[in-house]
Amino acid sequence: MSAVSGAAISVDRLGKRFGDFAALTDVSFDVEPGEVMGFLGPNGAGKSTLIRILCGLLRPSGGRARVAGLDVAADPEAVRRRIGYMSQRFSLYDDLSVAENLRFFGRIYGVTARDIGERLRAAVEMADLTGREDVPAGSLAGGWKQRLALGCAILHRPQVLFLDEPTSGVDPSSRRRFWSLIHDLAGQGVSVLVSTHYMDEAEYCMRVAMIAAGRLIALGAPHELKQRSAGGTLLEVACADTAHALEIAATVAGVRDAAVFGNTVHVTATLPQARDAVLAALVTAGLADARVRAIPPSMEDMFVHLVQAARAPAADRSTA
Amino acid sequence: MRWRRIVAVARKEALQVVRDPRSLMIALLLPLMQMFLLGYGVKLDVDRIPLCVVDEDGSQGSRELVERFTSSRYFALRAVDRTVAPAVRHIDLGECRLALVLPPRLAERLAGGGATLQLLVDGTDSNTATIAAGYARNVIDSHATMLQLQALERHGYPTHALRPLDVRPRVWFNEDLESSYFIIPGVVALVMSVIGSQLSSLTIAREWERGTMELLVSTPVTRLELMIGKLAPYFAIGLVDAAICVLVAVGWFGVPFRGALVTLLGTTSLFLSVVLAIGYLVSVSIRSQVGASQVALVLTMLPTTLLSGFTFPIDQMPAVVQGVTTLVSARYYVTILKAIFLKGSSALELALPIACLALYAAVVVALAARAFRKTLD
Repeated sequence: MSAVSGAAISVDRLGKRFGDFAALTDVSFDVEPGEVMGFLGPNGAGKSTLIRILCGLLRPSGGRARVAGLDVAADPEAVRRRIGYMSQRFSLYDDLSVAENLRFFGRIYGVTARDIGERLRAAVEMADLTGREDVPAGSLAGGWKQRLALGCAILHRPQVLFLDEPTSGVDPSSRRRFWSLIHDLAGQGVSVLVSTHYMDEAEYCMRVAMIAAGRLIALGAPHELKQRSAGGTLLEVACADTAHALEIAATVAGVRDAAVFGNTVHVTATLPQARDAVLAALVTAGLADARVRAIPPSMEDMFVHLVQAARAPAADRSTA
Repeated sequence: MRWRRIVAVARKEALQVVRDPRSLMIALLLPLMQMFLLGYGVKLDVDRIPLCVVDEDGSQGSRELVERFTSSRYFALRAVDRTVAPAVRHIDLGECRLALVLPPRLAERLAGGGATLQLLVDGTDSNTATIAAGYARNVIDSHATMLQLQALERHGYPTHALRPLDVRPRVWFNEDLESSYFIIPGVVALVMSVIGSQLSSLTIAREWERGTMELLVSTPVTRLELMIGKLAPYFAIGLVDAAICVLVAVGWFGVPFRGALVTLLGTTSLFLSVVLAIGYLVSVSIRSQVGASQVALVLTMLPTTLLSGFTFPIDQMPAVVQGVTTLVSARYYVTILKAIFLKGSSALELALPIACLALYAAVVVALAARAFRKTLD
């Protein structure tokens, strides 16, 4: 992937090492204006490192990254003026009130005295903090804190927004509300790069990049990834003796992979007629109670599968 | 450099100081406490030395000599005994520093050509002992001279010709030789250096400790804007503290102020820049508030106390140590303060120490401005 002019973010073979530890290896992707790109991966996969490099907080060890058309390593200050950042940990000033925090970040980002009043009102409204302008930020509950942090990050109308696990530790209804705010911003042309370790949140993103152990292992629209990662059909086998069922199912022709999933077995089949073959094999083996049905893969299935595939790339055809 | 961002940072920092009890204490209570503690505590004057007398004679003559001691402001008579034993006890217990032993038949011995007095001195504090013994000698010598003159007069000699040299010392700048006049301008310097460095040592460390630094470095604020904005409120507080110190020095301790306020303001601003920058440097290097405040305290308080000439005169230090004192910024400020307070020196007369202080400020501020890196690496 090369730097496409007009892309909001353009990352080309980016790498970051901390001593001997490779936090990021050879990561490349582009984000278009108005796109919501999700970064999905377990803790420690390298999501925060990537976002920090793009915000100019860490220097890349290799490769290139452009944000809003500017090289982050060459001109981090110019990049900082055009982005908004919400760090993983709440990092507003607890001892300053809601309005004081907003005003501080507005001024730091160069919002003019003429505009700041109106922008502040809009941000307070968006964060649903009307009437609480004078409350110390530290005393707000999780969902409000997070929306206030978003408010502080967008006062200066940035072109690109980086949100590092913005929804961790926030209740589900606040999370949904937060995602709708993100889509409103994208609708106004802001590019949003958001990381999360909640697999279900990937559904809110226009495209998802999966990252594990510092490598980009998949990139695409959520529905696309699911199909691709399944590499065919995902079958759910329900029966009393899951251990035996796993053993039998794995030997059936056309089955690529089988794994215990809760109290069922998930079987990935490459051939469409595999469902009948698996059922027949199970019944033959004496598992009369076995039921087999095709199910849509969840994001979690997709992720587990992709991580496995990334470990053995030669054996797999579906990785990006 | 954007003025608007500096103001934003300064305003935020000021709000935080006002809401942080620890910073407020350092800013307002500490200077008053230090001024009073040190103003009263550090006294170099040797007066009212506790004295006991062993009067083995008990004559009118011996009482006349004792009277000379009691009428001097340098001595405080604590006991008069007939034998040496209780006097030794007084010294052992630390009740008296000096015991004067007057032998029996003092008048007789004086008439017969001269008497020997004994002076017992507690030498644990050698400095005070030397001064006390010297004072006692003076009192005894002048009494002896008087006795001599009286004897000569009785024999009909004209006594006015017997004073060939008469010294009339006149002390300038500190006419009463009050050591507090000389100490308190130094205390002002000490207070300023401790307060200044303490306040600024918290500022960057606080951002790291509370987790707000990550977001702050992601903003377009430059490191110069950050430093100026962060130090501006502390600079203002420092000037207020300086005013408090000077008011206490002049109003409470009665130290004369003979110089120009403008000179005081200018030089105090320079010194404040130095100590604020030192605290800021420490804060950038040490990411915990407690650690940074301790390092800042050691870096400023020790040299200011020992090497600035505040208590120990620099020209009496060994040559190597004198060399070291040129690296202590407080040295210049103490010199300047003493001169402004007591001598009423003008800025022109103080050109050299002012230039040294200005150079010092320029170097430390430049170092502080460059020390902060806007990355998390």
